[in-house]
Amino acid sequence: MSWETVIGLEIHAQLATRSKIFSGSSTAFGAEQNTQANAVDLGLPGVLPVVNKDVVRMAVRFALATDAAITERSQFARKNYFYPDLPKGYQISQMALPIVGEGVVRIVMPDGTEKNIGLTRAHLEEDAGKSVHDMFEGSTAIDLNRAGTPLLEIVSEPDMRCAQEAVAYAKHIHSLVRYIDICDGNMQEGSFRCDANVSIRPKGQSEFGTRAEIKNLNSFRFLERAIEFEVERQMDVLESGQEVVQETRLYDADKDETRSMRSKEEANDYRYFPDPDLPPLLVEPSFIESIRQEMPELPTVRRERFVTEFELKPDDAAALTADRTTADYFEAVIAGQAFAPKLASNWILGELFARMNKESLELTDAPVNAERMAGLLNRVHDQTISGKIGKQVFDEMWSSSDSADDIIDKKGLKQITDTGAIEALVDKVIEDNPSQLAEYRAGKEKLLSFFVGAVMKASRGKANPAQLNAMLRDKLKP
Amino acid sequence: MHEKTLAEQSRLLASGEISSSELTNHYLERIERLDGDLNSLITVTGAAAKKAATAADEKRKAGDDSPLLGIPIVQKDIFCTKDVLTTCGSRMLENFVAPYDATVVSKLDTAGMVNLGKANMDEFAMGSSNENSYFGPVANPWNRKCVPGGSSGGSAALVAARLAPAATGTDTGGSIRQPAAFCGLTGIKPTYGRVSRYGMIAFASSLDQGGPLAHTAEDCAMLLQAMAGEDERDSTSSHEPVPDFSSSLQQPLTGLKIGVPEEYFSAGLDDAVASCVQSSLAEMEKLGATLKSVSLPNQSLCIPAYYVVAPAEASSNLSRFDGVRFGHRCENAQDIEDLYKRSRDEGFGSEVKRRIMIGTYALSAGYYDAYYLKAQKVRRLISDDFANAFADVDLVAGPTTPTPAFETGAKSDDPVSMYLNDLYTVSANLSGLPALSMPCGMVDGLPVGLQLLGNYFDEVRVLNAAYQFQQATDWHTLAPNGIE
Repeated sequence: MSWETVIGLEIHAQLATRSKIFSGSSTAFGAEQNTQANAVDLGLPGVLPVVNKDVVRMAVRFALATDAAITERSQFARKNYFYPDLPKGYQISQMALPIVGEGVVRIVMPDGTEKNIGLTRAHLEEDAGKSVHDMFEGSTAIDLNRAGTPLLEIVSEPDMRCAQEAVAYAKHIHSLVRYIDICDGNMQEGSFRCDANVSIRPKGQSEFGTRAEIKNLNSFRFLERAIEFEVERQMDVLESGQEVVQETRLYDADKDETRSMRSKEEANDYRYFPDPDLPPLLVEPSFIESIRQEMPELPTVRRERFVTEFELKPDDAAALTADRTTADYFEAVIAGQAFAPKLASNWILGELFARMNKESLELTDAPVNAERMAGLLNRVHDQTISGKIGKQVFDEMWSSSDSADDIIDKKGLKQITDTGAIEALVDKVIEDNPSQLAEYRAGKEKLLSFFVGAVMKASRGKANPAQLNAMLRDKLKP
Repeated sequence: MHEKTLAEQSRLLASGEISSSELTNHYLERIERLDGDLNSLITVTGAAAKKAATAADEKRKAGDDSPLLGIPIVQKDIFCTKDVLTTCGSRMLENFVAPYDATVVSKLDTAGMVNLGKANMDEFAMGSSNENSYFGPVANPWNRKCVPGGSSGGSAALVAARLAPAATGTDTGGSIRQPAAFCGLTGIKPTYGRVSRYGMIAFASSLDQGGPLAHTAEDCAMLLQAMAGEDERDSTSSHEPVPDFSSSLQQPLTGLKIGVPEEYFSAGLDDAVASCVQSSLAEMEKLGATLKSVSLPNQSLCIPAYYVVAPAEASSNLSRFDGVRFGHRCENAQDIEDLYKRSRDEGFGSEVKRRIMIGTYALSAGYYDAYYLKAQKVRRLISDDFANAFADVDLVAGPTTPTPAFETGAKSDDPVSMYLNDLYTVSANLSGLPALSMPCGMVDGLPVGLQLLGNYFDEVRVLNAAYQFQQATDWHTLAPNGIE
């Protein structure tokens, strides 16, 4: 039988606020255990939650970035269950009335095909603490630093049809939340986590199959692997005449498999009800408008603009707009300059990225800032130096704070454009290589590159290549 | 000194006739001598009180003339007090010391009041008789065989016995007004949101409201002044401006329209209580008010709705008492499940468990719509009934309780009959309206309470009517025997 895979994702994006969603405690990662948990986070008797306004602002930014409906009067609800790292015995979340309603994002697959993925909703909630099982023999320790950290749970429609689409969607959201500055996207630290709902159905059938939810996939590779494993598993189950059970499964990266965590029957009855400690969350139209004003240009729009305005190739434009820092850097480099944006694009995606990768640096930490980069590209553009010498200058710039001009001056790298000087070099090389000259004149025209290389070498790379070429051709003529 | 009302003490302190230290020592001596039989306090903070009194006297000398400066008070043990035990009447919190003050506590502290200790109460404020306290029942000073009411039973008993001029209480379904009625006091539950709930251990968050218990409306006005106001730590506290509650007390009742709900005078109301209430209403008429019959057609739904909403919220609010971070933890837990089950089984009393069970059931999948959601709709109907009534009248008046105080043990095996004691009080919580109870007669040596309900944030008018009534009557001046 031929099967179709159906995937929906729930993404938990940790909102990049300084303090927690309902308390003033810091959200900084990596502090000593339980030092960032105050009375509210600990769920002490009598304390009350107060909504952090930044959290609302960020949810609205997300809604605006995904063309999603914003609920003017949303509501916090309590999700009740007992767990040692859940201090109050309930998690404050949103159920019936989430702050962000239906929206849509347009994803681009690696092969360039595009697809719309629907967003069902996105709601605000608090994170739980952490249970630490390997610290004390026979006991579990609780660290409540994370308790109360704000999360935006982004729920997609079951619109994805293969693991690769799911990954493309997850990457799109990952890029978007960083673009609009609401999440740092750090997957190792758990700032961006995915759960995948996976089911399969015979091709052509309109009803969905029974789904399994795979929890806590903290890398794109695990997301892809887990879905692929799960699809295979469900096919085996169905093809052997059994039925898929609705359950929650965990992906084990070491064994590369998913395994059952709890079935639907074991699932908690969360007894959701509106949290009486928090009045309805009102989002005024004027508040939305003020956030709309401060929204950055979104990656999709910016990508299209880079293609039309700067005549970049679509894949280069996509690479430059994948994150906001790179796109901003690119625009800063070309601002007011005479050289073609294409030149800047080539240098950033080529030389700069290669160097950053080699040294595992983020763009913000790269030693060559936009201004210095522009200085270098100006010299390449006006032919003061060749592209090749430009790379040498770039290397120098990387390890010093000198400008391209200073380096060119100091090292005497200025391109030789003086015809007399080039002619002297050319004559010398021809004179020193009589046998190659004879062969060339006998018809072995391939040897032109030998002469070009030799003259270039003699000029220590500084001869203007076009002039040099023209002159050599002329002088080598029989 | 203890025969004086809080307002009178305030004037005596201002004129220098008494000092806070004298007053504080006097009450501490009375507590020491008289509370043994009553059991109205769980914790007495004598040393801290004496220190606070000395500080108040010094402030007074330095020119501070705050009206409450140096006046003793007792906090219901549901309000968290920094460095002082806060038990909520439960074994669960037998050893709990909060690292913060409730907003009410810090506000009264700022006003200069001297905290004498923490009052006994029904466990987690669940009860109408104060028989549900882990620290033992409280006796009614008017008749030691009777209950003082609940859940603020300790607060009411100690003020009635003149162990303090006033106490704080909390009211989720009548827990200030019913004990005030049973003990011959004046107590007000303000509009929901008027007083911050921060640091007040939650029973049912959408119904809970703190307020004062004292001898007179004038006392309550002064206390409420210090307790009320928006609190950035409580999102449900109201930003409605706080008026001067005392400024309109003197206003005559001429032209005041008082609604009398026909539903309040039907089956269940004790005849003698009914006649006390009727004569008080006649007294109000004499003072210039007009009585008008009003109807609250959904009155009969109040108790059922309340006993769904309150336990539902409580079942969730009380989940944090799990033995993991604070409070009672069982010995030798085998695993987390065992820790939860035994800590909660040992830490909670039977009424608390009953309400957690009811509430959990009401919120369960498949029952939520039929119980919780339905109860919330009923709540809306009840509020609408009042909105209709207040279109025609300024206040609504009636009995606070169907009977005077009953004997200890009389209803403890019959929860429904116990719950029916809240017949007239829960509607103010379900709707959020302010309501006051004040003494309006005596039946068989026990006080009877008259309840006045006002429109939202109209405590001024409620207090004004009560004050005028108390100027013309002396029920509020009566004191029980045996507290000399």
